[in-house]
Amino acid sequence: MAIVIQGGHILDPGRFNGIGDLVIDNGKVAAIGRTVSLPAGATVVPATGRLVVPGFVDLHVHFREPGFEYKETIQSGASSAVAGGFTTVCCMPNTNPVNDNQAITEFMLERARAAALANVLPIGAITKGSEGKELAEIGDLRRAGCVAISDDGKPVMNSLVMRRAMEYALAFDIPVVDHCEDLHLAEGGCMNEGLISTELGLPGIPAAAEDVMVARNVSLAELTGARLHLAHISTAGSVRMVREAKSRGIKVTAEACPHHFTLTEEVVRGFNTLAKMNPPLRTWQDVQAIKDGLRDGTIDVIATDHAPHAAQEKQQGFTEAPFGIVGLETALPLTLALVEEGILSLESAVEKLSTAPARAFGLAKGTLAVGADADVVIIDPQAQWEVDPVKFRSKSRNTPFAGWKVKGLVLTTFVSGRVVFEAPVPA
Amino acid sequence: MSLKRKDLLSLAPLSVEEITLILQTADSFKEVTGREIKKVPALRGRTVVNLFFEPSTRTRTSFELAAKRLSADVINFSPSSSSVVKGETLLDTARNIEAMQADIIVLRHSSAGAAETLARGVKSSVINAGDGWHEHPTQALLDLYTIRERGLSFDNLRVAIVGDVAHSRVARSNIYALVKLGAEVRVVGPPTMIPMGIDKLGAKVFYNLDEALSGVQVIMMLRLQLERQGRALFPTIREYARLYGLTAERVKLAEAGAIVMHPGPINRGVEIAPEVADSLSSVILDQVANGVAVRMGILYLMSGAN
Repeated sequence: MAIVIQGGHILDPGRFNGIGDLVIDNGKVAAIGRTVSLPAGATVVPATGRLVVPGFVDLHVHFREPGFEYKETIQSGASSAVAGGFTTVCCMPNTNPVNDNQAITEFMLERARAAALANVLPIGAITKGSEGKELAEIGDLRRAGCVAISDDGKPVMNSLVMRRAMEYALAFDIPVVDHCEDLHLAEGGCMNEGLISTELGLPGIPAAAEDVMVARNVSLAELTGARLHLAHISTAGSVRMVREAKSRGIKVTAEACPHHFTLTEEVVRGFNTLAKMNPPLRTWQDVQAIKDGLRDGTIDVIATDHAPHAAQEKQQGFTEAPFGIVGLETALPLTLALVEEGILSLESAVEKLSTAPARAFGLAKGTLAVGADADVVIIDPQAQWEVDPVKFRSKSRNTPFAGWKVKGLVLTTFVSGRVVFEAPVPA
Repeated sequence: MSLKRKDLLSLAPLSVEEITLILQTADSFKEVTGREIKKVPALRGRTVVNLFFEPSTRTRTSFELAAKRLSADVINFSPSSSSVVKGETLLDTARNIEAMQADIIVLRHSSAGAAETLARGVKSSVINAGDGWHEHPTQALLDLYTIRERGLSFDNLRVAIVGDVAHSRVARSNIYALVKLGAEVRVVGPPTMIPMGIDKLGAKVFYNLDEALSGVQVIMMLRLQLERQGRALFPTIREYARLYGLTAERVKLAEAGAIVMHPGPINRGVEIAPEVADSLSSVILDQVANGVAVRMGILYLMSGAN
């Protein structure tokens, strides 16, 4: 039966931006326009004052299954995704075992089908066990359904192995995603290196640890012609180098995470383990550079690096606690804050959450074009709410944004025309 | 009068008045440590737990003596003999200790921030006895006490802190306190051992020891952790000793009557020449002696006893 989302502000980046109706039929977008003829017997969803956008696409999540189901499962992660407006998520392979073979990829896809919430697309490992030595069976991974390859959590330190991976990936037209961190420079570090790490006596990770690897990867992308995607860039140096690489026509895309354009290293004070992530929170200057990169298109994509950890893990001391925060359920309001700030137009904010990530990985997602899968989010852009981790759909609560008053609420999420999330009605 | 703080974790947030109060309180206990019967009943019935996750003889013994001279009950707890090896977290260990009604927990830990993490989780008072590279507040306080005992005033006092500042909790605590008290603090060492942004904390950075020593009244040597040689921080102990070792010749570059300090244990012939360590300008053993009195003062103030 058809569904009509009526009278909302439809924003399909590059295609449609205005008040109109969206018709969903048979799981696909059937029509979109200012005036559409209502199919007989259609369910009408009134959307006046709402924003109607393509379901968001997150290129960077950690769903922890198999191996760390106490942190997150594919089911709980997908549930968190759709609550945050994400209808497609790409799962990093640093599970246990690592997703470096077809069997693990198939297992993940099976779990995703069983959850029947979001489109969960695995990312395969670049190297066996993500050990950075021998190439994983990238052809098999691609055939089984992996949409990209990465050893995320770790960089591929050996530049020859990275070169070969990029070359090999060309045969399958699969993007190569790197977590840019020179492990020697970063050794033992747990926050950004600078005045605050000096004050707190914490081992630092210099910005240069990221920059040197971005420089290397860009050079290798130029050498090989591979599709390079840079995960979670956090430094002014990275933004500068990506901008320069793009101007020279190198095939590189880059993502930034909401925490890296919202918070600085100041939040670490008090040894706050919820401010511990990798790459670490950087300086105010870096945050400005990330915003500039988002504004001028150097940074194509906003991704969450959703990294759930159990409470007892984050309750350890700062140096012992694991890196990472959850992000799926806070990404929308943090991105909309950039619109309020005048950094992004509403259209480019939506684009960086949907159309642009789909394009970066070559996914037929992130659009409301007629015939596309009806992955749609209805948002109340004015609704104010307070971040309460207890209400997260994720299994984990590790966010530095608890108690933040934010604006922009996901009301309804459709995946292939089916309602997979509805915001609870306030009591 | 007492400190209006549950814990002593760091000197960074302490006011000049609080530091002065601690030093003055230590004065009266210094007198006790000079008596034939070195004991007062100030903390009778109180329990102090020394929770040491890192090996330490000097600091632990000093705290133990301080607590015993105040008539407190003292328990020493170290990881080799504890449940830590069974995988218990720091916080759970501490909560167990707290459940046994410990009034004060003295914590030594290899991770920066451990004391602060612990203090947030327990009602007992926590005293930081060294956390990673972060702070060692009681060491800095006994250093201040020793400087003051020598009749030196902190205002415009010139102090050189020499060595591996980057990995030194003693250096950080001293920089925070001395800058606050109006001293001119110079840090000197190879650039690999000077942490980023230390100048913004009010310290002047030198790479040449002779220049840094010129006109100072206090020379504070840091222990060189010999195992760091393999970490590309300095090429050899030989070259380190030549460039940054304190010799009798170099002491002459300082102001006449300058004192030489060291938190111990010393590496004779590496960061400090034996004849300097044993010279009249050395106050290294006074630091140790004062450590007990200063820690008595701190335990007394933290216990809220009057």
